[in-house]
Amino acid sequence: MSTSDVNTAQRGRGRELNLQQQRVRAAYMFLVPMLIMLALVAAWPLFRSISFSFTDASANTIFNGQSDWIGFDNYIERRVRSNGEVRWRGVLVDGDWWNAVWNTVRFSIVSVALETFFGLMVALVLNMEFKGRGLVRAAILIPWAIPTVVSARMWGWMLNDQFGIINHMMLSIGLISEPIAWTASADTAMIAVLIVDVWKTTPFMALLILAGLQMIPRDMYEAARLDGINAVKVFFKVTLPLLRPAIMVAVIFRALDALRIFDLIYLLTPQSDATVTMSVLSYREIQQFGDYGEGSAMSTLLFVIITVFVLLYIKLGKVDLAGEKS
Amino acid sequence: MTISLKSALLRTSAVVSAAAFAATTVAADEITYVSGATGAAIENFAALVAPWEEATGHTVTIVPMPSSTTDQFGQYRLWLAAGNGDIDMYQTDVIWAPQLADHFVDMSEVAGELMTTHFPSIVESQTVDGRLVALPIFTDAPALYYRTDLLEKHGYDAPPSTWEELTEMAQAIQDAERAEGNNDLWGFVWQGNSYEGLTCDALEWVKSSGGGQIIEPDGTISINNPNAIAALELAATWPGTISPEGVLAYQEEEARGVWQTGNAVFMRNWPYAYGLGNGDDSAVKGLFAVTTLPTGQGHDTSAATLGGWNVAVSKYSDSQEAAISLAMYLAGPEAQKQRAINESNLPTIMSLYDDADIAAAQPIIPQWKDVFLQAVPRPSAPTRQDYNEVSTLFFTAVHSVISGEESAADALADLEVDLEDLLDK
Repeated sequence: MSTSDVNTAQRGRGRELNLQQQRVRAAYMFLVPMLIMLALVAAWPLFRSISFSFTDASANTIFNGQSDWIGFDNYIERRVRSNGEVRWRGVLVDGDWWNAVWNTVRFSIVSVALETFFGLMVALVLNMEFKGRGLVRAAILIPWAIPTVVSARMWGWMLNDQFGIINHMMLSIGLISEPIAWTASADTAMIAVLIVDVWKTTPFMALLILAGLQMIPRDMYEAARLDGINAVKVFFKVTLPLLRPAIMVAVIFRALDALRIFDLIYLLTPQSDATVTMSVLSYREIQQFGDYGEGSAMSTLLFVIITVFVLLYIKLGKVDLAGEKS
Repeated sequence: MTISLKSALLRTSAVVSAAAFAATTVAADEITYVSGATGAAIENFAALVAPWEEATGHTVTIVPMPSSTTDQFGQYRLWLAAGNGDIDMYQTDVIWAPQLADHFVDMSEVAGELMTTHFPSIVESQTVDGRLVALPIFTDAPALYYRTDLLEKHGYDAPPSTWEELTEMAQAIQDAERAEGNNDLWGFVWQGNSYEGLTCDALEWVKSSGGGQIIEPDGTISINNPNAIAALELAATWPGTISPEGVLAYQEEEARGVWQTGNAVFMRNWPYAYGLGNGDDSAVKGLFAVTTLPTGQGHDTSAATLGGWNVAVSKYSDSQEAAISLAMYLAGPEAQKQRAINESNLPTIMSLYDDADIAAAQPIIPQWKDVFLQAVPRPSAPTRQDYNEVSTLFFTAVHSVISGEESAADALADLEVDLEDLLDK
């Protein structure tokens, strides 16, 4: 073997590496504008919000930078009152905050579970072949397409205790003996929010699950039919396992959304202790009390709580977000 | 030919009147005025400012906002803190002056003379550290609306004077009417949503029962007392009995909706509902009267929360001079009289209560002077920057009592601790 042969081989590999490096570099160059955009619209506000939570920023100091660094006082603070009494203050020892956390978690679990169930039903129906399927598929998306403000107002009137059509219908078929104040009463306000949220978001779940259904190869069903396996067994042994990745991803999307629910609660209910959520409390602190410090502490905790939930979910559900296993 | 002549004449007269104002205004400015939308105020506004627009050559654009004052305040403070110059003039609630004073122009010199004709207590409420930050355009004090026809039909010759009496009377009339098949009728509608309006309603129950005014003018937290507890306990019996359970989500307009369709015997509301209730599309036109709110727990003076609206000129506006001129016009006798006649808004100028035209159009306004004399201010002066948080703590506690989640004694004991924590800085 002559030295020139070795040199050629090395040069060849060198060229290959160079090519590879160039491609990586090119890829980065294409990505840079996107990364800058993300940094501007996501990373920077997030950083600002977290840093505000360690200051005493208020509506009067937020724009002129006169706020002071106060460490973790917004989260937890030991305070000695003028009469010598010791009081713990801050978001972490605030009963209202934990009530809001519980409301949010409760709402998220129930709404996402119901939406997944109904979404799966709707997707299975839409996956069958029948006349006018295109039209039904489009029609089912309408609730999702209506802005939440509009649907909340619409449902607010439908659920109204004096003039609402829901009470009217239930009264006339004898389901209830007197009208229910759906959104006002503490017992039913959360149920009203759940009804509207499930109505609005089921189409979204159905759409994601339908996409998953259409990925399942037809020949698997044919094989099952040739073997004479009944429909229920086919659903649990073929459809559901193959659909699992799509459902898991859809649930993550919905859970992220549900944990930061604000608009429906704010528009539909009196925002009393029965329905108030983490986002509503944070909004109230910032917008109504002008306390950017404590409001940002709440936003930061909301961010942490969502992160923990999603990590747990991915870990326990073995969700393959990167798509490596397929 | 005649038409063009006429328009030429009109134009000349406009030029003449504009010339009269030329000393104060140089060019035609466009004033942006932001205001909450309640009742017919927005619809009537164009007619209200037309004389001013014609006289000065300026124009006004009104930006309507949600009628919830809590929502308005959050938005306005954000704009003002950011030094936003898009809005020249703000319609401000009577309680906002101490919180927003730094962002508004001092009008004490320009308006000094005009203000001597206004109620001194109202002018005082808009003066912060010697600066007059807003000019009052109308005042507000709620009253008890009652259906004269229903009271007469069921043998009552006078409206109730105590909350206990109101509770009984409402229940009796509601039961009797429902027995006759009038199933949608309710005894009493008010504002029970958890928002600023509930602070007003509950302050009245407490104050008129001898339970103080949450935080006294000297800063003492007085809310945790037996009279206040008893007043809230009585109110907690209303939702589901004499009031629809939905009252827990009602603001002013929802209460008026039930009332004006003829489905309530009593209503607690502000004066604007008087004019609308006597409108042609109202089912209760001519069938109701108003009186001062009842008292409770053997206490003898009634209480009505002092409301009212003012106009303030933004420090960040580019057309301050024109905006101040508009503020002066809106606070002046001409505009206040028109507002009183068209919208049954209470004037803040004392002499208008004796005005014959107003008495003829809205006979209630001269009588309202009595209601106004018993007005109680919300604790915005002693709490200053913390007022919104104080009010939110109060209405949240009250809402949990009237919706039956907590006993009045527990809620007020907790509230006292929370207020101490908040104000003891």
